[in-house]
Amino acid sequence: MTSLSNSLSAGAEPQPTTLAVGGEVSDFFALLKPRVMVLVIFTALVGMVVSNVHIQPVVGTISLLMIAVGAGASGCLNMWWDADIDAVMTRTAKRPIPDGRIQPGEALAFGIVLSVGSVLVLGLASNWLAAGLLAFTIVFYAVFYSMWLKRATPQNIVIGGAAGALPPIIGQAVVTGSVGIESIVLFLIIFIWTPPHFWALALIKSGEYAKAGIPMMPNVAGPQSTRRQIIYYSLVLFPIGLAPVFLGFGGLLYGLTALLGGLGMLAFSVHVFRNREGEAERKAALGMFGFSILYLFLLFSALLAEHSLGLFRSVIA
Amino acid sequence: MTGLRPRPLTPEEAQRRRKRSLAIAAVLFTLVAIFYVLTIAKLGPQVLNRAL
Repeated sequence: MTSLSNSLSAGAEPQPTTLAVGGEVSDFFALLKPRVMVLVIFTALVGMVVSNVHIQPVVGTISLLMIAVGAGASGCLNMWWDADIDAVMTRTAKRPIPDGRIQPGEALAFGIVLSVGSVLVLGLASNWLAAGLLAFTIVFYAVFYSMWLKRATPQNIVIGGAAGALPPIIGQAVVTGSVGIESIVLFLIIFIWTPPHFWALALIKSGEYAKAGIPMMPNVAGPQSTRRQIIYYSLVLFPIGLAPVFLGFGGLLYGLTALLGGLGMLAFSVHVFRNREGEAERKAALGMFGFSILYLFLLFSALLAEHSLGLFRSVIA
Repeated sequence: MTGLRPRPLTPEEAQRRRKRSLAIAAVLFTLVAIFYVLTIAKLGPQVLNRAL
């Protein structure tokens, strides 16, 4: 806009304008947080397969695609709103908006168009319950979490984690037209998993969050309290992770994975609690962060394998 | 505003704009394909069962 103003004040001689041409296609793709989209597709797919209801493959694929686009759109709106704090943190400073590759207005328009489009197409492809849930997820993440919770309370990612936990519920709504106990349990697993996962990262990035003025748990309650809470959440996660076995939709493979994975989460959380200084603290927190991703991936992979590859062996009578 | 004329794009900017235009075309084509395939899928096999 500066060059445009200069042109306007330059007098009678017509001056060339230098309005931004815009970013690369890859910059727009980066706005959608592709890695989060992959996780959303994966968890929504598991929400579909645990329902054990046949769905027309084309309808299922298009629905999954729309859930992913909706999640990407909410990520885009999040980046538009958070551009000021992204610019302050080294982890996010190279994102397209703070780096100047995409104008904020472009990102906002992109996010809104994709949000509305994904909800409408999902509604037409599957049903309006699923579309309504997707719309709720987008609004919850982009408005409730990004615009309010994130900068207001250290419970930001606890409550905001609900947005990331909703895809299995949307997946089940796509195939059944309703919400059942299976997807609610999957929602709870991701919901309880989110705080220990993010707080492990926040422990080693607390300086960055402080610089950006984000009230993450280690900055507000202190690292020691955060480490304690990571253990509490890992303790709660253990039985919830095993719940699918007792509810009959998780078999032997899933049960063993949840058992060993839950013990692993507990072991890593205790490791984080014990290592509080220097490089040992950093390694423990990074270990917890990495293992938590593996834990969730293995849990959902086990369910996917049991329900789509015929590996289900019930462990309850 | 009458005194304004667009600055010629550099080759790099023109290439970026071209890639974006192609991406938008691809997205629009995909959207058309989605609606077409979805319509056929929802109609099901009965779509072929019609009086000739």
